[in-house]
Amino acid sequence: MESFRLGTTAIADHSFNKDHTFVAVARENNVTLLQRANGKIRPVPGKAGTLRFHDKTVTGVDISCDGRIVTCSQDRNATVWELQQDGTWKPFLVVLRINRAATTVRWSPDGSKFAVGSGARIIAVCYFEAENDWWISKHIKKPIRSTITSVAWHPNNVLLAAGSTDGHARVFSGYIKGVDAKPAPTAWGERLPFQHLCGEFANKTYAWVHDVAFSPSGNSLAYVSHDSSITVVYPSAPDAPPKAVINLDTSFQPFRSLVWTTEDQIVAGGYDCYPIIFGGSQSGWKQTGAIDDPKKNKKNSGPASQFDEDGMPTGSALNMFRAMDLKGTTQQPNDDDLLTIHQSPIVTLRPLDEEGGRVTTISSTGGDGQLVIYRV
Amino acid sequence: MSQSLRPYLLAVRTSLTAALCLEDFGSQVAERHNVPEVESGKSAEALLNPMTIARNENEMVLIEPSINSVRVSIRIKQADEIERILVHQFTRFLTGRAESFYILRRKPVPGYSISFLITNFHTETMLKHKLVDFIIEFMEVVDKEISEMKLVLNARARFIAESYLVAFD
Repeated sequence: MESFRLGTTAIADHSFNKDHTFVAVARENNVTLLQRANGKIRPVPGKAGTLRFHDKTVTGVDISCDGRIVTCSQDRNATVWELQQDGTWKPFLVVLRINRAATTVRWSPDGSKFAVGSGARIIAVCYFEAENDWWISKHIKKPIRSTITSVAWHPNNVLLAAGSTDGHARVFSGYIKGVDAKPAPTAWGERLPFQHLCGEFANKTYAWVHDVAFSPSGNSLAYVSHDSSITVVYPSAPDAPPKAVINLDTSFQPFRSLVWTTEDQIVAGGYDCYPIIFGGSQSGWKQTGAIDDPKKNKKNSGPASQFDEDGMPTGSALNMFRAMDLKGTTQQPNDDDLLTIHQSPIVTLRPLDEEGGRVTTISSTGGDGQLVIYRV
Repeated sequence: MSQSLRPYLLAVRTSLTAALCLEDFGSQVAERHNVPEVESGKSAEALLNPMTIARNENEMVLIEPSINSVRVSIRIKQADEIERILVHQFTRFLTGRAESFYILRRKPVPGYSISFLITNFHTETMLKHKLVDFIIEFMEVVDKEISEMKLVLNARARFIAESYLVAFD
């Protein structure tokens, strides 16, 4: 486990590039680029280190397999950034045509298009139009009645899953003529015209869906929702009810994000501030473990916690008297920090390194401005 | 801590911890706006069911959660006229300085003595478990404070009455 403190402000989203040498971090109104080398993460020096364009909170950032960055923000805009010869990033216009906040953005696996979820009850699927030198969008509107909270692409580059605050996780076709080759039929659907609804799933509670993800093969879909449950859907055939829908209620606080590590393992993180591992198959899912579990984390008296922020040793008489003086308590100021690395909810989990078809490390960011890399 | 206060505070703590799972949420109604949904109340799906935790008919807590904000309202025990005045003065003192308390709402919800409004921006800049601790501590302390003030007030009244009546002795 490695943790990096990148600042004190909340991180809405982060994304590593393909070879994990740099990471883009969305904070407040801009996106910061940081280099990762020799186990350290440092800001990219100079003007190239910050992408400034949006004037409201940036809600999503993603780096495609060919190195382009896309950002989206609550100011209703999205921008594609391309690296120029001189090392600067140039913004490209995206004609999004939405009139509410953009909430999330994800590149398709081959980097030819991206999907933007929005509060305008629309998913905009964007692709490059060479004649005008801009990114143009097509809208998925049909059964969506609410803010889209998350989008995820199927590995075949066409199918698109989306979760929304009306409690539904849906699978759409994001097929765009002229950009995509005709996709091979999958269990989700055979003919896939744009905006075709391939599946619609909801829990009994209709709680807000926070995140959706396809399994590595694309043959199953998982989503986490605000009722603290995690649901895995196994489709059977096009236009037929799914083979299995497994809804696992947990006693944790709700999860915000999830990552498939293998076909039979999911890591989910959220308001409990540490990732939890689930394992299972079509016959059922259960919790199999946790990373950075606070129940196992003893109060470590490592060098990090021996001194407080003023450089004073914690547990000293001075601190005790100061606490009594300022707060009227005899409790020590550092006593009630959480026993996890993250001190605020995990907002984004992303797969990082892969080895032999399984994800071995995942990265997470959250409200406390930390980036943590966990070994699964 | 009295026997009935402990389960009451425990219930409030658990409910608050569950309610304070907030995220950033742009308004569905107004363009480029980001407002506390519990205050605007215009998107029904962004609101959760409000809950009331009551210790008795005079003391209760109302928690109104939503996707990006939680409103916590506390009704402080007011047994008689003096306590009513004291609670009024005390909450007036606090709400008059609402900016420096960050999470304090300027006006309490009708029927309650004092209200807090916690948004996702607060949970991002402050630690959630400490926010919960703060509200619990506030509830613990406020009762004690009011009864102490009442004692002081009564003692003062007695002293003044005595020294006034000395003249007619």
